[in-house]
Amino acid sequence: MPALDDGTPLFVQIAEQLADDVVDGVLPEGARVPSTNELAAFYRINPATAAKGINLLVDDAVLEKRRGIGMFVADGAREQLRASRRKRFAEQYLDPMLAEAARLGIDTDTLVSLIRDPSWHNGGSRP
Amino acid sequence: MIPTISATALSRRYRDQIALDDVSLTVEPGTVTGLLGRNGAGKTTLMRIITGQEFPSSGDIRVLGQAPAENDDVLRRMVFVREEQAYPDLRVEHAIRVASWFYPNWSEDLAQQLLSDFTLPLKRRIKRLSRGMRSAVGIVIGLAARAELTLFDEPYAGLDAVARQLFYDRLLAEFAEHPRTIVLSTHLIDEVADLLEHVVLLDRGRVVLDAPADDVRGTGMTVSGPATAVQEFVAGRTVWHQQRLGSRASVTIADPLDFAAQARARALHLSLEPLSLQQLLVHAAGASADEKVSA
Repeated sequence: MPALDDGTPLFVQIAEQLADDVVDGVLPEGARVPSTNELAAFYRINPATAAKGINLLVDDAVLEKRRGIGMFVADGAREQLRASRRKRFAEQYLDPMLAEAARLGIDTDTLVSLIRDPSWHNGGSRP
Repeated sequence: MIPTISATALSRRYRDQIALDDVSLTVEPGTVTGLLGRNGAGKTTLMRIITGQEFPSSGDIRVLGQAPAENDDVLRRMVFVREEQAYPDLRVEHAIRVASWFYPNWSEDLAQQLLSDFTLPLKRRIKRLSRGMRSAVGIVIGLAARAELTLFDEPYAGLDAVARQLFYDRLLAEFAEHPRTIVLSTHLIDEVADLLEHVVLLDRGRVVLDAPADDVRGTGMTVSGPATAVQEFVAGRTVWHQQRLGSRASVTIADPLDFAAQARARALHLSLEPLSLQQLLVHAAGASADEKVSA
């Protein structure tokens, strides 16, 4: 079972993990999404919590309910999620990176060269 | 919709001791509620009153819309599994059969499945079972009864972590397929936290918290980092606890942090760690104790 961490409400975490699956293409558009009971059993959470998570994505038009059959990934959901995540990218990922870089005295040029030449990935040179 | 449990200003006194003090709460149908609190907080007394085994000194209790005491209709619609439940001197299979006669929604298939899951010896006398096996008998009855209201009071004395996980998984599956109202009292809060939809915390006979579990999560946060930055950040917030180690400080605050506050914390090089439900409840109970001391 994938671990859920505390802090953010559980139903938000469920919604985010489903959204990750849509963005990654694990859940392609038109695919059936696991039912609330399946999600509850998988994550070991209350079914009502799972339902709240799914409803968040229904409100955002990422998922759509087809009467009597279940919940499905809506058309255009992947692109819509990617667009909204791109908007949040800078504050979510760059802000913390820039804060840590400032703390360590890494200037912008060094940062840019790190991004351009990611040899550090293989345990290579570190600043 | 009629609440499954509705308690109004319940009090229970034993001579000079107050077990329940003006308790009012409602439990909605189809929910899993955690009834939490320290030993002696009043959890068992409350469950005994709900199940008609004890009378309140004052106040009113309604279960499935009716007074539960000596009310056969209501009593058959609920099942109460207690810690260290006492059974008559029966073999396991007979205890299960007796239970099957009592509960109208009894599922024999489920009972047999659970007996085999917990590898209970059917022919053995209950008195000769280990503590854990006796607890498992209670769990089998509690789940197979499929009662509209299912109360578990510390149901797992002597059960190891694997057997407890089996209990949680079966409870969840049963609840999903056959929705009912479940009240679960336990000390192992972090183990059950994600199963709960609603949380009621008792402290010395009083309700100190009664809220949806989602609202409780994320209300507390530990902020740590350089002492001066921590002090600056927590100024004006409700502080539950603080600790200092040299020039570092760690402060637990009671309010949720919005996105801007989290960004500010990062800018100040502070680390944020959310409190688990168990930690939150420890602080909530502590806060109520402080109020009483200062009052």
